[in-house]
Amino acid sequence: MTTNVSDGLTALADPTRRALFERLAERPRSVGELAAGVPVSRPAVSQHLRVLKDAGLVRDRREGTRRIYGLDPDGIGAMRAYLDRFWTSALAAFKDAAEADTQEDR
Amino acid sequence: MTSQAIHAPVRCSITVAVPRERAYAVFVENTGNWWSTEHHIGAVRPEAIVLEQRPGGRWFERAPDGTECDWGRVLELEPPARVLLAWHLGPDFRYDPDPARATEVEVRFVAEGPSSTRVELEHRGFEVHGDAGGGMRAAVGAPDGWGLFMRELAAALTA
Repeated sequence: MTTNVSDGLTALADPTRRALFERLAERPRSVGELAAGVPVSRPAVSQHLRVLKDAGLVRDRREGTRRIYGLDPDGIGAMRAYLDRFWTSALAAFKDAAEADTQEDR
Repeated sequence: MTSQAIHAPVRCSITVAVPRERAYAVFVENTGNWWSTEHHIGAVRPEAIVLEQRPGGRWFERAPDGTECDWGRVLELEPPARVLLAWHLGPDFRYDPDPARATEVEVRFVAEGPSSTRVELEHRGFEVHGDAGGGMRAAVGAPDGWGLFMRELAAALTA
């Protein structure tokens, strides 16, 4: 089976990134604030945020000397990640049904 | 990521060892109730996902108690080659009746042999959500929304 494995899906596969993503769902936060809530170093948090940003899940803006992260308001990256998984599992189930013995259902 | 990449279609394909007519019929009739029922809009697991067999027909899930939740519309049916559906769920996974904000799901059935069919699915048109604004917030926070999805995802990836 071939499918596009979406960046969003990959980005959310990591538990630390998932935790950051969920905290940003509550409200926008600075990198410092995010780092205080997870058991990884601040540079690691920045790295994780970059992955989320590249996947289209979050966006950032500069506020004075701070960088504030929030969910990407479009939410498209997240939606595509979900749909990638949804259709992949749906087509796998479809294949099983199509190839099943057909005496019962016609 | 550029907005073009964000809005790129989601594509999946699979080859099934059945004739094209059979593949088409199983898909549109939901033979064997194959639709993944782990993801649904209603509060309970649906007993059926229904595609009405006519252009303009409904595409919905039905719960055991008879409650129905719409997913979208059937736009075009070209047996046994192609189905075009309108997906009316927004980034917050709530039903939106406005066709202007629907995305499209096209399914093509390509005969690779007398008993082999390649099914190509393309979900496209995400640019209609370019200014969806904040829809994700509710979905991520909801216990049965993104939180559930991410837990499932974690379980699947660490299995």
